[in-house]
Amino acid sequence: MIKILIILLQLIFFIAVSPFISGVITKIKNNARMRKGQSVFQPYCNLVKLFSKGEVISETSSWIFKAAPFIVISSSLGAALLIPVFIFSGQTYYIGDFLALIFILALGRFFLALAALDTASAFGGMGSSREMFISSLVEPAACLVVFSVSLQFGSTNIASFSGMHPVSISSLVASFALFLVAIAETSRIPVDNQETHLELTMVHEAMVLEYSGKRLALIEMSSYIKQMIWFFLIAQIIFPIAVPCSINTAQIIPWCLWYLARIFMIAGAVALAEVSVAKMRLFRVADFLSFAFVLAIIATICAILGV
Amino acid sequence: MEHLNIDSLFLFDPLSAFFLCVIFLISLPSAVYSIGYLKGESSGLKTALAWFLLVLFLISMGLVVSVRNVFVFLIAWEIMSLVSYFLVVFDTKHEKSIQAGTIYIVMTHIGTAFLIAAFLIMFKYAHSFNFAAIKSACSLMPPQTRNIVFLFLLIGFGTKAGIVPLHIWLPYAHPQAPSHISSIMSGVMIKTAIYGIIRFVIFILGVNSSWWGVLILMLAVISCLVGVIYALMEHDIKKLLAYHSVENIGIILLGVGLAMLFISMNMPYLAVFSLIAGLYHLINHAIFKGLLFLCAGAVYKATETRDIEKLGGLIKKMPQTAVYFLLGAMAISALPPLNGFVSEWLTLQAFFLGAFSVEGGYRLFLGLCAAMLALTSGLAAACFVKAFGITFLAQPRSRYAQNAKEVSLSMRAGMFFLSFLIVVFGLAAAIIIKLLAKVASAATGINTSSMSFSLNNFILSPQAGKGVYLSTPLLAAVLATLGIAGFAIYKLVNREKAVIYKTWDCGYYKLDSRNEYTATAFSKPFRIAFSFFLLPYRKTQKIRESFYHVKSFAYETHTTMVFKKYIYEPILGLVFRSAKFMRKIQPGSIHLYLSYIFVTVLILIIFMRKF
Repeated sequence: MIKILIILLQLIFFIAVSPFISGVITKIKNNARMRKGQSVFQPYCNLVKLFSKGEVISETSSWIFKAAPFIVISSSLGAALLIPVFIFSGQTYYIGDFLALIFILALGRFFLALAALDTASAFGGMGSSREMFISSLVEPAACLVVFSVSLQFGSTNIASFSGMHPVSISSLVASFALFLVAIAETSRIPVDNQETHLELTMVHEAMVLEYSGKRLALIEMSSYIKQMIWFFLIAQIIFPIAVPCSINTAQIIPWCLWYLARIFMIAGAVALAEVSVAKMRLFRVADFLSFAFVLAIIATICAILGV
Repeated sequence: MEHLNIDSLFLFDPLSAFFLCVIFLISLPSAVYSIGYLKGESSGLKTALAWFLLVLFLISMGLVVSVRNVFVFLIAWEIMSLVSYFLVVFDTKHEKSIQAGTIYIVMTHIGTAFLIAAFLIMFKYAHSFNFAAIKSACSLMPPQTRNIVFLFLLIGFGTKAGIVPLHIWLPYAHPQAPSHISSIMSGVMIKTAIYGIIRFVIFILGVNSSWWGVLILMLAVISCLVGVIYALMEHDIKKLLAYHSVENIGIILLGVGLAMLFISMNMPYLAVFSLIAGLYHLINHAIFKGLLFLCAGAVYKATETRDIEKLGGLIKKMPQTAVYFLLGAMAISALPPLNGFVSEWLTLQAFFLGAFSVEGGYRLFLGLCAAMLALTSGLAAACFVKAFGITFLAQPRSRYAQNAKEVSLSMRAGMFFLSFLIVVFGLAAAIIIKLLAKVASAATGINTSSMSFSLNNFILSPQAGKGVYLSTPLLAAVLATLGIAGFAIYKLVNREKAVIYKTWDCGYYKLDSRNEYTATAFSKPFRIAFSFFLLPYRKTQKIRESFYHVKSFAYETHTTMVFKKYIYEPILGLVFRSAKFMRKIQPGSIHLYLSYIFVTVLILIIFMRKF
């Protein structure tokens, strides 16, 4: 019973905190540009607004369009369940390892890309094609990062990932590679831009262009969650910390604080990266991700050499 | 006449039983499907011929995987090749069938020639055609001979399996056959070549040099990538699926090649584990590729076209076929919790686990192979977003698609059965892995009784000590619960009905199917990113009304078939040139032939006098 409670608590934690991270990133970006910027709680206001609105559904679409947001949110939350937040709970540990996590996220992406094609809009097709292009090039880098990390930790399972481990050159390089992967996966500059609806450049926004109201809210929510998952993975590689194994408030509270502090450090880095570079042309993204791949190879070589 | 003794003729070890199981698991729904598919296609006599060929095809494949005599194996192998040739050219209406059949029969016989050579070398040492005798003789073979036999077997079976660069016939022959035959050819027939590799290389010849495994891994990685990149460029739905067969044979061979590598390094646990991954992907590919070909056939039957650029919107006209195709597409894209996900996860895990045990350079090599597998699965997902999205979603792009109707019950029954298997093989993974462990143990001769491939009946854990877990039933339950919970919350909050309205058209007001994204457009980023390999080129032609007025432009974009252009065409050119040269000495003149005879006799006389 208590374990189910922990799982529920973990889900609620993800849902409650993840929009805040996006708010913080936007705030940092705005401040860096010498603007006042919106409140850090703006993503929550947006979600509430979208949830209270009605929907428009395209007449050409089928059940895929209607079902996709639920599959997307379930895949994001399912992936979020695999990573430890407060406590290392035994149940979710048996669902799968970090390779499974990457595949689970792919499930949501697959359906979102299909939904984008479903509306017969050229924007949707454009977004869908570009999203699948970027995500397929992300895969080898992400896989090799997991490979190099698992070489150090001894396994791809969550227990070995949640333990305390020394920071090595390999994990520094791997976390930088994963940082580039996360930028591509969370549609940030220079790969994509969340702030624009310019048809020539948009990727993720083009895919969800036909969504409105509650379904859009679900999709936004799942992107926030996905972003938090990626940030957690980077944080756990570069600032490792042992996840508490028992329910002990003395342990859990500092862990939670440190947990959030790490994620906000990554968020800050993402925000600064976003304001300091320009968006790339789509075909330059291939080079960007090849760079991530090469970094992952270097991380693997370092892991093999044991440094 | 020891050859005619039934006991010495048939072999029913777990490996053969497994392949027989694969053959009949896919053939049964395909046969049921063909009842509806062949109706109205051809005359009664021709339908009877199709059934006769199908039965003969199944028997020959069954023989291939169950005989224990090399001689009978070759006969069965030839019957299988010939019957499948007749099935490829079955649809004689199309000129393409004949061409496809010719490429197929030539390629398959080149393969068979190498097989015969390999078997003859084996016979030289064993003095018997019996598997057991050859197996014992192979251990006495000198290493160079073993290497040569291995390479001959690899070329021979590789041609049938469609390993790059021997894959050239596959995208021609598989799509041209009737769809239930394509499903059996892609699902099962090319797997008999994998059977051959496992049976003759791992079981009989025995692996003792590590470069065999490395060579197979490299070929497998190349097959994966080449197959999936060509599939992305392809807009003929059956040809697209055929290229995916090249890709998936690559994934299967990753497991088999890893097993060979680990056998040569004397790591029995990893060898068995990798072979399990390979065999699991083999049966999974048989199931989902069989299903996808049946679905493609249903689309063809309903719309009379295989060009996905002319399709679209079929999800509304053919809702059931769409669901089956979607399940197949999800499985081949390795999405959880379906079967393709489990076997790709296992293959990746085999690489990861292997990397802990091997040393230095091999670690990096395994890591890079794993990364390429990940790239392949990403590209496959993109390809099936394209295949499903353009074929089934949005608006119909032609009247063919507009007038489509759901196919007959027998066809749907065949597809339903295979879709059901996709789910079963995903959820019951833990049980299936235990069964496959027996098969892998029989194939490698490793005793697996002391090895554990599972924690309990529902959780896969490759290595007991290092505990890597995957539970597909649990995963499915979690995903379903979360999805349903999300839907329930949505329903609770939702008070008003959604407005059904036109797609946003930027104020254009005339949005129709011409504004939709096409398959060519969808694959454009990939065409540009992989242009170093695809070598795309354009043809622009001005269509003029008069000299001064260009009425319209004809615009085509193509990719260069690198293997065809730079490997096969030069070889073919050489063959034709030498044939032309040979023709010069045979001009058909009787006088010249008489003079040949005269010169021959003269030379013979001189020869006999001198020597």
